[in-house]
Amino acid sequence: MTISARFRVNRGDFSLDVDLDLPLTGVTSLVGPSGCGKTTLLRAIAGLEHFPDGYLKVGDSIWQDGQHFLLPHQRPIGYVFQEVGLFVHLSVQGNLEYGIKRVPEHERRVSLDHAIELLGIRHLLPRAPDTLSGGERQRVAIARALSVSPRLLLMDEPLAAVDPDRKQEILPYIESLHHELAIPVIYVSHSPDEVARLADHLVFLEAGHIVASGPSLEVFTRLDLPVAHKNDAAAIVEAVVAGYDQNYHLNYLDFTGGQIAVAGKAMQVGDRVRVRIAARDVSLTLEHQSNTSILNIFPATVDAITDEGQSQVTVRLLMGDVPLLSRITRKSAVELGLEPGKVVYAQAKSIALLS
Amino acid sequence: MIFSDADLTALGITLKLAGLTTLILLLLGTPLAWWMARTRWRFKFLLEAVVALPLVLPPTVLGFYLLLMLGPNGPLGGLLLSLGGQPLAFTFTGLVIGSVFYSMPFVIQPLQDAFSAIGQRPLEVAATLRASPLDRFFTVALPLARPGFITASVLGFAHTLGEFGVVLMIGGNIPGETQVLSIAIYDHVEGLEYANAHILSAGLLLLSFIMLITVYAVNRRFRLLHS
Repeated sequence: MTISARFRVNRGDFSLDVDLDLPLTGVTSLVGPSGCGKTTLLRAIAGLEHFPDGYLKVGDSIWQDGQHFLLPHQRPIGYVFQEVGLFVHLSVQGNLEYGIKRVPEHERRVSLDHAIELLGIRHLLPRAPDTLSGGERQRVAIARALSVSPRLLLMDEPLAAVDPDRKQEILPYIESLHHELAIPVIYVSHSPDEVARLADHLVFLEAGHIVASGPSLEVFTRLDLPVAHKNDAAAIVEAVVAGYDQNYHLNYLDFTGGQIAVAGKAMQVGDRVRVRIAARDVSLTLEHQSNTSILNIFPATVDAITDEGQSQVTVRLLMGDVPLLSRITRKSAVELGLEPGKVVYAQAKSIALLS
Repeated sequence: MIFSDADLTALGITLKLAGLTTLILLLLGTPLAWWMARTRWRFKFLLEAVVALPLVLPPTVLGFYLLLMLGPNGPLGGLLLSLGGQPLAFTFTGLVIGSVFYSMPFVIQPLQDAFSAIGQRPLEVAATLRASPLDRFFTVALPLARPGFITASVLGFAHTLGEFGVVLMIGGNIPGETQVLSIAIYDHVEGLEYANAHILSAGLLLLSFIMLITVYAVNRRFRLLHS
């Protein structure tokens, strides 16, 4: 099941020209700087914008083509707006009931109760929206969007208006959405980091054009895309919790390229987690170092190298089939004799757990 | 009894006129204000200017043209005559028509402002929650525009209470038919019955003041609630 979207608009200072096929499962992220057209694309998918020559097919049903245009209220979507948009004339409960009342009973697959439970907002039900904190409002808005049993959930920077602490509070809820409810999500964000934890599929937009679209673990490390050349370029690695060392408070995570050690509280063995390894934290050696403080050392093969200005290079490595990025000086690259195919050891000074 | 029978009749006519005028303006003005708040029509400003005209026009001018329109020789009055009806000048119905024009900006402008203030977003949210356009209007736009409706009703009502020039031009001064309070006051003053004029004037002053206090208090409460 896929989503096929084609929109072409040119409005003077703004243009959008996309031709996309997206999976209708998991979390797809539309990422790009502000003004790149990601919100407009999301609105076009929701039917809030009507671009006459557009085409949109979701699963088996055509939502827009030359002849048809389903109005927003006829589309089986849920939409979470950036500034939330709770109805101020209704209580939290009234907000939640607004949508579900309008969905025929046989189409209700998400129970309101479940949504309330999932987002932890039961205690807020009698409150007025104005009395909620930013994070609480956002959770109510997400539950409200879920209450209509959407076949597709659209989220426009749901965390942009929320302070960093609250982000940590809401992210787990968003993650649990597609795990628990199996609702595909399209998630708009300006920050690749925010989506690194969530996204299964990534679409990079710039100036109304698609720069890249692909499985998220792969897209971050593609040297033909701008994101791998940014200062904070990083690889995202998915791994499974294998064990915990009580003594040193270290979690061990298995992935196809080896084992990762990450400090922190014990995690559930068998859980699937993601880690972020910044390119600048990865150094390379030709031999396996034994007398070092670095815990995470992986054998890897050089896949490709590109220059970053005069003094630095970005090296793309493969640990088995898992890609990794390393940002080192050009001098080191020359002295190590790095070239595609060469076997090296990648030492990761720091690894951040994303979930 | 401080009110004479004639004064009570005038009061009744005045209240009936103001109530009816406000009701008609709310019914006609709501769709118009909704449309004006949302359209991108480039000539909207022309319509806005027409709606605002009664604010600046001397009531006698408005009344004069309405008299021409509604009188037996006017296009509307003539049409009614030829259909076997009565011309509307110097009738209560004519008075209602005149008042509707006269108080139009006081109802339409607050409604238009209230609808504009809602913005696009709550309606879009409602659309993504499966509400059809009509559904959105009744369940989102109307409740959110409530302070605008209160302002519009009270201003429309109060402004019609104080009507004088238009009434005099197209309604005349027929007791029991078109004589309203403001004209009754004028009559009392003309007849040097200052005590009667006082009673009516003070009553009108108090009533108007109470209504305006209500508007501002309600709007203040609404703003406080939603800020």
